[in-house]
Amino acid sequence: MTTTVETPELIEPEEPGGPDGHGPSDHGHGGEHAEHGPTGLLKWLTSTDHKVIGKSYMITSLVTFFISGAMALVIRAQLANPTSSLVNFQTYNELFTMHGSLMLYLFAGPFAFGGLANYIVPLQVGAPDMAYPRLNALSYWLYLGGASMMTLSFVVAGGAASFGWVAYAPLSNSINSPGAGTDMWLMSLGLTGFSAIFTGVNLVATVFYLRAPGMTMFRIPIFSWNMLVTGILILIAFPVLFGAVVMLFCDRHFGTHIFSVQGGGVPVLWQHLFWFFGHPEVYILALPYFGIVTDIIPVFSRKPLFGYRGMVFATLSIAALSTGVWAHHMFTTGVVLLPFFSLLSYLIAIPTGIKFFNWVGTMWGGQLSFQTPMLFSIGFLFAFLMGGVTGVLLASPPVDFMTHDTYFVVAHFHQVLIGTTVFAGFAGFYFWYPKMFGRMLNERLGKIHFWLLFIGFWLTFIPQYIVGLKGMPRRVADYLTSNGWTGLNQLSTVGAMVIGVSFLFFLVNLVQSWRKPVLAGDNPWDGGGLEWFTSSPPPHHNFTHLPPIRSERPVWDYNHPEHRKDESHGDKRHREHEKETVGASS
Amino acid sequence: MRISGTFLAAIGFFFGVIALIYWFTAYEDAGFLMLIGSAILGLLPGGYYLWWSRRMRPLEGDVDDADMSDGAGVIDAFPGSSIWPFLLGMGALFAALTFIFGLWLAPIAAALGLSAVIGGVIESRRGGAV
Repeated sequence: MTTTVETPELIEPEEPGGPDGHGPSDHGHGGEHAEHGPTGLLKWLTSTDHKVIGKSYMITSLVTFFISGAMALVIRAQLANPTSSLVNFQTYNELFTMHGSLMLYLFAGPFAFGGLANYIVPLQVGAPDMAYPRLNALSYWLYLGGASMMTLSFVVAGGAASFGWVAYAPLSNSINSPGAGTDMWLMSLGLTGFSAIFTGVNLVATVFYLRAPGMTMFRIPIFSWNMLVTGILILIAFPVLFGAVVMLFCDRHFGTHIFSVQGGGVPVLWQHLFWFFGHPEVYILALPYFGIVTDIIPVFSRKPLFGYRGMVFATLSIAALSTGVWAHHMFTTGVVLLPFFSLLSYLIAIPTGIKFFNWVGTMWGGQLSFQTPMLFSIGFLFAFLMGGVTGVLLASPPVDFMTHDTYFVVAHFHQVLIGTTVFAGFAGFYFWYPKMFGRMLNERLGKIHFWLLFIGFWLTFIPQYIVGLKGMPRRVADYLTSNGWTGLNQLSTVGAMVIGVSFLFFLVNLVQSWRKPVLAGDNPWDGGGLEWFTSSPPPHHNFTHLPPIRSERPVWDYNHPEHRKDESHGDKRHREHEKETVGASS
Repeated sequence: MRISGTFLAAIGFFFGVIALIYWFTAYEDAGFLMLIGSAILGLLPGGYYLWWSRRMRPLEGDVDDADMSDGAGVIDAFPGSSIWPFLLGMGALFAALTFIFGLWLAPIAAALGLSAVIGGVIESRRGGAV
């Protein structure tokens, strides 16, 4: 049944000096707007509510995260000893391929743009739902179909795909990789690719057209900004991937020769197509998480974000540049223009540097409090800094020629991706969990989770840099004692196990929050975005009332009228107030 | 509306410039075509929005000092729960499986997909879009 939704009513804040620090939970949420749809399993199957879909996305992507993490542990166990025979070589190839594929295609992206963004973006911009709710539901079902197909490809004859997550031609053709596992891998990318495209369309339309009155583009929280830019990047990148997948499928089954030399095709074309998707994909995986951290740090520093517009333009430049750097993954093919791609890759360091500067600037002089989301955000800063610096090294062709396809590269991209998707991703999860489920996660367990993860993370990947520089290639299932890589690999394995243990604390935390709920209230962290104005969890269609939106922290302005920072040039009363506060502080 | 249009058009313009630089330095077809495609992807909707933004009053979401009362009234009609996206998704899944495991799966895919399309259309009509 279609329902029309009206604009929420305005609720004016108390004048300065009035009661503050509390959300407006007594203003009659729910009630008339409650959903009268089906319940139970049928509710999950039929819901078009962005909150239900967002939660489904998050649960599914976390399940793939744990499956894929378990594969990583098996890989590390195999590499703990030279000439190990824990798994055979074919299984090992399948494991690292599926570890990469599940993590990149099915966890990292969907967790951010399907899970957190689906849930949070409409709340942050003051919208009742995503712009196209049924398309949103379709996205999830395509994603679930693709995810199940890829995960289940282990059980078909011939096993899962085993050519690495990048599926380079000609290794991925029908002679070198026969079997249904590879086809399932390709089709799964087709399904999840379309799911991502639909979500991208939804995000862009929602942020462009469903903003609440007064929520101008330069007032939406940075997380929503980054999701808008991510949506556009998805629209640029995923159609190329889909095209490439269709071409490869035709090569495998319909006798075309697009990627095979025998028929006049060009194998390196696959790399061009794949990385034209693949490098924007890296930023599709990074930008949402930058946004999460940018929303968290001001809340736990009790300061407004330092350099809002700088952040927006840094996001835009990162996104724009990311589409012009694809061939830095192909330096060693010898057929790409090194200076062009090297220069553009170096340039990305500038907007990323601006972001770092602004994050540090936001914390500078703030009243920092180190709750779990903030700890994870700071963990992200360290991890991403290390990953970013080694990334700048790899943008240099001479260094890349030395280290290409070694464990140095493996350590680099794991530091970038774990920094973003795991540290920042779980920062966002701990941060918004109270909003999504109305209950808190345990701080103590959260902190244990963080510290174990943080220690395990460095212990795993610093040795990998060194062993990479010593010459250990990636994607090998064993090595010799005489290589001298044993000690470092063992350290790395211990680190990986510590990471594995850290997630047990996360699971315990989840179970505990369900068995002994600690209610969260509307605004447990005293956040400033609109998502903290509604109840936890929000009612159907999100808002019955909204505060006036005059800055990028409308809820902070509402709860703390004495600190109101007003950027509206039309509202003289507030401007006078701002002048006074500025005058007093300078 | 104007800012969204400018934003998309700027993306298109940027990729146009990069595409030209790339073509005249690298002389490589695939990358050039993909960059041109990205440029068009930005310019088409961007140009369309800019065209309309001059003929429409600004959205309340783009007005600095707009209040909820300025946007009072119906935002839009939103669908309630619907089974059709699920069936369409499963139809797509079976269509993909058809390519791998053979044509015997095609009737299932067609049945799911067609029923979802028909059901979705009927649902939209009955729900009465605004």
